[in-house]
Amino acid sequence: MGLLSHPITLVADWLRNLFLGWGLSQGLTTVLLYLIAAIVVASLANGWVIFLIWFERKIVGRMQDRIGPNRVGPYGLLQPFADLIKIITKEIIFPDKADKPLYVIAPLLMDAAIIAIWAVIPLVPMVGMDFNVAALYTIAVGAFATLGIILAGWSSNNKFALVSAFRTVAQMISYEVPTVLALLVPVLLAGTMSLQGIVEAQHVWYIVLAPLAFLIYFIASVAEVGRTPFDLLEAESEIVAGFHIEYSGMLFATFYVGDFLHAFTIGMLGAVLFLGGWRGPGAEAYPILGLIYLWIKAFVVYFVGVWVRGTLPRLRIDQMMNFCWKFLTPLALILLVEAAVVDRLLLGFTPWGRGLVHLAINVFIGALVIAYARAYDNRRKRERPLAAKPGQYPVARPPQPAAEAQSD
Amino acid sequence: MNNWLYIAIFLFVAVLFPTALVVVGLLLGPKRPNPIKTDTYECGVQTWGETWVQFKIQYYLFALVFLVFDIEVAFLYPWAVAYKALPLFAVLEGVLFIVLLTAALIYAWRKGALEWS
Repeated sequence: MGLLSHPITLVADWLRNLFLGWGLSQGLTTVLLYLIAAIVVASLANGWVIFLIWFERKIVGRMQDRIGPNRVGPYGLLQPFADLIKIITKEIIFPDKADKPLYVIAPLLMDAAIIAIWAVIPLVPMVGMDFNVAALYTIAVGAFATLGIILAGWSSNNKFALVSAFRTVAQMISYEVPTVLALLVPVLLAGTMSLQGIVEAQHVWYIVLAPLAFLIYFIASVAEVGRTPFDLLEAESEIVAGFHIEYSGMLFATFYVGDFLHAFTIGMLGAVLFLGGWRGPGAEAYPILGLIYLWIKAFVVYFVGVWVRGTLPRLRIDQMMNFCWKFLTPLALILLVEAAVVDRLLLGFTPWGRGLVHLAINVFIGALVIAYARAYDNRRKRERPLAAKPGQYPVARPPQPAAEAQSD
Repeated sequence: MNNWLYIAIFLFVAVLFPTALVVVGLLLGPKRPNPIKTDTYECGVQTWGETWVQFKIQYYLFALVFLVFDIEVAFLYPWAVAYKALPLFAVLEGVLFIVLLTAALIYAWRKGALEWS
């Protein structure tokens, strides 16, 4: 029981003895300990956002052939602090027509919901909460973040914001389904909804057993966060800024922080459910190493999200809905059946044997689906060689000059 | 029970964090509203008409399909948790349930409920 091997248990025991020594009751001590733990985890999450903002600006800047922040501090590392000081001293504007209680609640709800997800993430082995419905809890609480966006769009009493809120509803109700279905696969493979239990069951990472489920989870989650290519809810060129158009000062910053934290939390959940969480060499003996492993894995997933954001253009809304309902959802259902049936047939196999059979079948399904999508795309292209038939798409087109129309 | 206590405390802390930041922002920031500033911002153009109008909810059918799926998935979670202990028959029954779900999806698809127009 050295300081290195069990620092968290050690600190917790020390604090418990300290509080008991002050003459506090057993129950109050527990409450105080939980309060301290919650504050530490929430601070960790919020503090990390400061780094994420710098990182994302830098990386997206590089991808767009810019330098990104580089003036304040070494490599521009202090830029987020400067921004924080600036934005915290800005005026918070309350529009006259806004529904003021809801207008204030909306960003708080969004941020609080995302911080609340961190309550069930198993940061280190053996320590922390073993919450038996954690997987369902993350979905339930995560949905509140979207609710905050809808509230913001509606309560601003601004037409751009309202359009954004409606788009958010469409996006949320659609991409919730593949997310939930994809999350069912690791729950089924581990036989528990506790995230700690799912991590412990991953002798072979579930990304080997269910790579397609991970992909679906990742895509649908990016859509839930509302990042490019699914950022229709804040499309600058169409609806100015969408739901946060009327927000300023710290109320806006709360949305901003919530967005970054949500993106990283998605990475965190992906790492826990599919990449083995805190698993890694030596993590059992030194729990603090587990935290580092988890952090690195979550960061990799987050980085891929930033990469996608820097690479892909925005989708049109009908493309987005079609992709969800006609591609991701059926595929997620097929994968669920595959996981249930194949895993039952592989009862006696070793973990790696089971993993490899699952992997082979997943690759096979993936190849089939891609071949089918290609064929469908080619057929559609043959049927409609030019996508410029007026009235075919919900896109406003300026009237064409008559001379040009004839020469076509 | 302790788990739920922790969740309750965590929810409290989660609400406290952004609230504290916004309160600090309110205290440190200036408060000089004027009619132009607090007007609805629509790119400098005067806003016209009501905002909270009845909106064409073209994804009404999507909402219905979503509702069906979300509820059915809630039923699938206990099945997935109990999966290891279930006999083969029960597993296949769960698969049958998913196939029925898929049939519902295909029905909605063929009916054109999934077309965004």
